[in-house]
Amino acid sequence: MKKFKPHIDNNNAVIRIRGLKKAFEDYAVLRGIDLDLYQGENLVVLGRSGTGKSVLIKIISGLLKPDEGSVEVLGHELETITEEELQALRIRIGFSFQNSALYDSMTVRKNLEFPLVRNRKNLTRKEIDHSVEEVLDAVGLLKTINQMPAELSGGQRKRIGIARTLILNPEIMLYDEPTAGLDPITCIEINELINEVQERFKTSSIIITHDLTCAKMTGDRIAMLLDGQFQRVGSFDEVFDTNDERVKPFFDYNFIQ
Amino acid sequence: MDSSTSTSQPIVRKGLKKRLTNFFVRLYQIHLFILRFFKEAFVPPFELKEIMNQCYQVGVRSFTLISLTGFIVGLIFTKQSRPSLSEFGATSWLPSLVSIAIMRALAPLVTALIAAGKVGSSIGAELGSMRVTEQIDAMEVSGTKPFKFLVCTRVLATTIAIPILATYTGFIALLGGYLNVATNEGTSYTTFMQQVFEPLTFVDFVSSLIKSIVFGFTIGIVGCYQGYNSDKGTEGVGKAANGAVVTAMFLIFVEEVLIVQIAGWFR
Repeated sequence: MKKFKPHIDNNNAVIRIRGLKKAFEDYAVLRGIDLDLYQGENLVVLGRSGTGKSVLIKIISGLLKPDEGSVEVLGHELETITEEELQALRIRIGFSFQNSALYDSMTVRKNLEFPLVRNRKNLTRKEIDHSVEEVLDAVGLLKTINQMPAELSGGQRKRIGIARTLILNPEIMLYDEPTAGLDPITCIEINELINEVQERFKTSSIIITHDLTCAKMTGDRIAMLLDGQFQRVGSFDEVFDTNDERVKPFFDYNFIQ
Repeated sequence: MDSSTSTSQPIVRKGLKKRLTNFFVRLYQIHLFILRFFKEAFVPPFELKEIMNQCYQVGVRSFTLISLTGFIVGLIFTKQSRPSLSEFGATSWLPSLVSIAIMRALAPLVTALIAAGKVGSSIGAELGSMRVTEQIDAMEVSGTKPFKFLVCTRVLATTIAIPILATYTGFIALLGGYLNVATNEGTSYTTFMQQVFEPLTFVDFVSSLIKSIVFGFTIGIVGCYQGYNSDKGTEGVGKAANGAVVTAMFLIFVEEVLIVQIAGWFR
């Protein structure tokens, strides 16, 4: 499916990162990252395993603290934010985990209700049911509403994970390896879903992946993370139009060729 | 002294220092974990539904085993005590002896040890698995407080449910004791019960209750601490479950000694 033309506001950065550094013991993962995510944009962060892609979005969502640098999300500087403000901010950010992270002791319905009943306390039972059914319908899995996560396939779990984040109408979506471990057809379906989410929910997204098909299908802009820094940022073609020996193999070894 | 002994000494000292440091760091982390529990558990919103659900889980998980063990403990204890008492012609003291042993020590201790094995390990494994599969992170990023929902509810549930289970164990153990006494001495149920409650004082009931509450809190907090802070990977889940049982059991014995000592001052 051809990606629609999104409306990207290049004057409005919903995420602004400057000089971000993060190390685990002696190993420096992120070594001074600068990044802007613009309103309405899908930004794909590409990189090999262990380059700190997931660390980056965990810092953005406040799950990890940076060692140095500033991270501003929807106008809030994460370094100075209070616990209550961070909690309120997190409702505006959707995080789709690599392994979906569905609550395996709850049905699909309960999984989706969980963030809703805790963050929108004035909703009636009818409104909660309506919201759950609406997002499930949006990801095409209404029929799984009473199933347990263990009964779902990998692709279905990914979709439900995305639905659970969409139920709070987030302004920013963070996707951690959305196509990892899925078959090629399901990968395409997930990529299409990411584009649908961008179009329908008007979200700005960071998509962490090492899957070039995903990057090409979903990304409005690609940022290549190498040696702890963004070495190449631009459109898909701009990023890979290079003789850089660190970038070329990434493209050459991918099945998209 | 040869050179290998002199070089191995600093290595041993270094290893010991590292272990000691780790021990105190861990102690400090547990202290922070307990403080966080008290900071969050009694502040609204209260997860009453989840607390009730966890109380039910604790009860259901241990009920059968506790019933069986309690009955057998009462029966065997009475049976084993009879020969010693009969030497002095004092078998009529059996109900009093059994009641003191069961109510003061055995009921809370047996209940706590079984719950540590059944409930503590289950809490450690459940939270450990949730940590490994990023379910706790998922709760955190969706604007909910996982500590309150997962830890506070479970610790409160064990603190409430263990005393109830310990009381139940006490009565079941007494029933076991009665069965043995009734079979051998032909004592009636009313007489047995009168003799059971005669030697017990208010301090016995209060100390037993406090003991169960402390044991319940220990099982919950240790299980949650191990699970909530478990390492990544399946090995981390196993370690969390194992650590929950071993640490809780050790602490239960330490607390037993301390509470018995303190209760002794009030008698």
